[in-house]
Amino acid sequence: MTVLQPVLSVRNLVKHFPVRGRGLLRRRVSDVHAVCDVSFDLYPHETLGLVGESGCGKTTTARVLLNLQPATAGHIRYQGTELTSLPRKAMQRLRRELQIVFQDPYAALDPRLPANEIIAEPLRIHGLYSPSASDSIASDSCGRDKVRELLALVGLKPEHGNRFPHEFSGGQRQRIGIARALALRPKVLILDEPVSALDVSVQAGVLNLLADLQAQLGLSYLFVSHDLSVVRHVADRIAVMYLGRIVETGTSDELFSAPAHPYTQALISAIPLPDPRKERARERIILTGDVPNPANPPSGCRFRTRCPLFTAQLTDPQRHRCTTEIPPLTDHGHGHPAACHYADLPSLSAVRALREREGR
Amino acid sequence: MTAMGDAVLEVADLRVEFRTDEGRAQAVRGVNYQLHRGEVLGIVGESGSGKSVASMAVMGLLPGSARVFGSVRFGGRSGGTELLGASDSEFSRVRGQGISMIFQDPMSSLNPVYTVGYQIAEAIRAHHDVSRAAARKQAMELLEAVSIPNPTERVDNYPHELSGGMRQRVVIAIAMANRPEVIIADEPTTALDVTVQAQILEALRTAKVQTGAAMLLITHDLGVIAGQADRVLVMYAGRVVEAGTVEEIFYTPRMPYTLGLLGSQPRLDERRTRLHPISGVPPSVIDLPSGCPFAPRCPLAAPVCEAEEPPLAATGSNGHLSACHFSDQLAGLEPGDLFRPLSRDTAS
Amino acid sequence: MRDRELPVAQRSQAQLVLRRFRQHRLAVSSLIVLLALVLLAFVGGWLWRYSVADLTSDESVPPSWAHPFGTDAAGHDTFAQVLRGTQISIGISVLVAVFATVIGTVWGATAGYYGRRLDTVMMRIADLVLTLPLLAVAAVLGHNVGGSWWLIAVVIAGLYWAYVARVARGVVLSLREKEFVEAARAIGASDARIIFRHLVPNAFGSIIVNATVLVSVAILLETALSYLGFGVRPPDTSLGLLVSEAQTAVETRPWLFFFPGLFIILIALTINFIGDGLRDALDPQQTRVRK
Repeated sequence: MTVLQPVLSVRNLVKHFPVRGRGLLRRRVSDVHAVCDVSFDLYPHETLGLVGESGCGKTTTARVLLNLQPATAGHIRYQGTELTSLPRKAMQRLRRELQIVFQDPYAALDPRLPANEIIAEPLRIHGLYSPSASDSIASDSCGRDKVRELLALVGLKPEHGNRFPHEFSGGQRQRIGIARALALRPKVLILDEPVSALDVSVQAGVLNLLADLQAQLGLSYLFVSHDLSVVRHVADRIAVMYLGRIVETGTSDELFSAPAHPYTQALISAIPLPDPRKERARERIILTGDVPNPANPPSGCRFRTRCPLFTAQLTDPQRHRCTTEIPPLTDHGHGHPAACHYADLPSLSAVRALREREGR
Repeated sequence: MTAMGDAVLEVADLRVEFRTDEGRAQAVRGVNYQLHRGEVLGIVGESGSGKSVASMAVMGLLPGSARVFGSVRFGGRSGGTELLGASDSEFSRVRGQGISMIFQDPMSSLNPVYTVGYQIAEAIRAHHDVSRAAARKQAMELLEAVSIPNPTERVDNYPHELSGGMRQRVVIAIAMANRPEVIIADEPTTALDVTVQAQILEALRTAKVQTGAAMLLITHDLGVIAGQADRVLVMYAGRVVEAGTVEEIFYTPRMPYTLGLLGSQPRLDERRTRLHPISGVPPSVIDLPSGCPFAPRCPLAAPVCEAEEPPLAATGSNGHLSACHFSDQLAGLEPGDLFRPLSRDTAS
Repeated sequence: MRDRELPVAQRSQAQLVLRRFRQHRLAVSSLIVLLALVLLAFVGGWLWRYSVADLTSDESVPPSWAHPFGTDAAGHDTFAQVLRGTQISIGISVLVAVFATVIGTVWGATAGYYGRRLDTVMMRIADLVLTLPLLAVAAVLGHNVGGSWWLIAVVIAGLYWAYVARVARGVVLSLREKEFVEAARAIGASDARIIFRHLVPNAFGSIIVNATVLVSVAILLETALSYLGFGVRPPDTSLGLLVSEAQTAVETRPWLFFFPGLFIILIALTINFIGDGLRDALDPQQTRVRK
């Protein structure tokens, strides 16, 4: 992997949303720090999982990558082209290569258009569609056959193309969304919670489909999700986000076998296993409190307000460092980087200590 | 397992129908179960399986357009009461004291214009003759029991000042307030983040232990069921298709649908493998075909499956029930033995 | 289970809409009635032996073979007058509906889609138009441009587009947050394409209902203007003018009031039902077929 050039390279990405007052002038009162100093690389043919809970900035990151929202600061480089400063025209051309699949299969499809039209839409926009060009000759343009081909590619019956979105099930709708994203033959697919809205038996089919498409078309995936079990299943590498920052990143195996950041540890331990004996035997780290308001994030380490290490194990001088100093994303001897000053402390004991103190 | 005699809630042949423009929708088609004192009974199913409608029927919360048949007997300290067709006043007496409910959206059970402390105190005072001060003190204790930090301050907060997870804990505190015999929790953690879900599950456990109530836990999440339930009902197309202890359901499932669900679930404790989805989509509850509703998606389907809907019958070990003509053939099978790891399923 | 149907040939969207419209029986019969009315008014008016201005020797006769709708005190043939009035009223109302809807939709959708300052400026202008006392402005303009029916239509439309703009903006404002709009942007759709291909069609239900209401409003407004003497002037006539002129004769010569009134109701009703049919035909989620 070292010799490969990343297809997508993100450096120090920042995205702030202004919070405006209610008055006539709607003055900027403060900023929501949705994404803060995020850097990662996406390599060809790999799946990078971007994981976190609601409000961690993972979805905003996905939107900013596609220039659907402008970045506040930082760089996004796609195959050497800087996207943040790209003129609109040039970005339109690049949209053929960078595509996105949305979370909600009900909202992401125009309810007024039949499936055929939804899938043909990107082709039309990029001047690649002519309904008469029924034979896929050498020409660049393609017609209804292309749409039928795409429907078949995602596992739908081409003759169902006349149906409207509401006539499909959730899983089928998500497949239409995938077909639309694939119509322009992209190289990078950003999957924003692509299976979160689906029932488990249907979700499995879509996950298998995404795996097949990746192998078949050589796609790179940025897989954004809150569900660690799904990400564990699809991702080669994982970046964990908390309150706008990446707190830990590594290969899927590294992260699950030796999670270094207390948040990652808590996240993994909080996911219920569909296995009664294992599930009941697990030691669970229960975080206290809720995610702080991103308009007013804690100083220093953003996780410290909920951190079991911080509350139960650290000494006051150590805590001082957590409150004042933003932990950099560095390796603490786990073989992969984590953004915690004390990632090298044994952590599960912290939980035990906490539990004993609380007398549970 | 507990003896049959101590059922606190007994549901018999529960059926729910809706009239729609397209025809008669049979959302629940004959559900039977007993909830025993102190146990957690999990009901698991996907959207449209009827699991939520069935529990809404038990709670008497269905809209007027629904037609409910069968029997729901609440048999607690207050003696057996038939809940179906009970008057509003009977129902509200049972709801407060005998049965408490927790829903997916905590705001649906909280009144936005009163403080949470007031609402908990009201729940206590509605059924017990205690002073305001005493009720307030109890409210604070309950908030502490569900691990709300700074209960002395939080007691004066309004619901909108709390986060989603905290609101849900307030709802749990209200549910505990009158020491109910049954707590019905319908997707209590679905809208929440996993770290918050863990907190809520912990609070639910506390509620159960402190009140000694039996719990009906309705969820689509197999992981939650695995961790919380003693016994499990698997629902599909308005019926219970498999029932057993949590270990029976997870380790020796005897209904292809259950096996399919387990094979579809990506697991945190396993490396990347191919999932085994169930082909097709659940049937519409309008115009259900005769025969087994799972047959069109079932790899074991045979002509008998389309002709005759299998009854929920004993299989394998004692008390394990399955609605499948071929349940005995499933012994020892893994999901991968039955379901193919497809990605393109043009059957639907 | 839904798969019983055989593979069907691909249909264009227009064909799908047409097919759905045809299933809406009330709308289809309304369309037939309205077309019949239009035909009657424009072709029949030409063929009928009397014209609007003709004075016959029969004064104040009730309906008969010679005068199916009777005559007024001056001897005008009411049938001829009603036909002419229908021409004018349909012309005005359709013109108003089309003008106001097109301008209002484009204005409101643009404001709603772009939001922020452009929205503020555009909607303040629309609000300003709404504050103009409609009748006064129409009366002044009507007085100056004098009697030409299409100018009256333009004046009414020029004041009513702002209502449509508000409706369109409201709908677009809620629609633009939907993911399918973001999806369109992600595949590279231009703003114009997003507005006109995705947002406006989805707002169509509310807009079309508004347009059909506008038709009725236009007929009534024209009536009011004519009554005040600023609209269509004799010897030319409109349904509104006929009704207002016949007000005093309701008891003595009811046919003078009854027939133009009936035509107003027929036009307003049929256009409303056609609007309903269009709205349902354009909304693929509307599955119920009305009989």
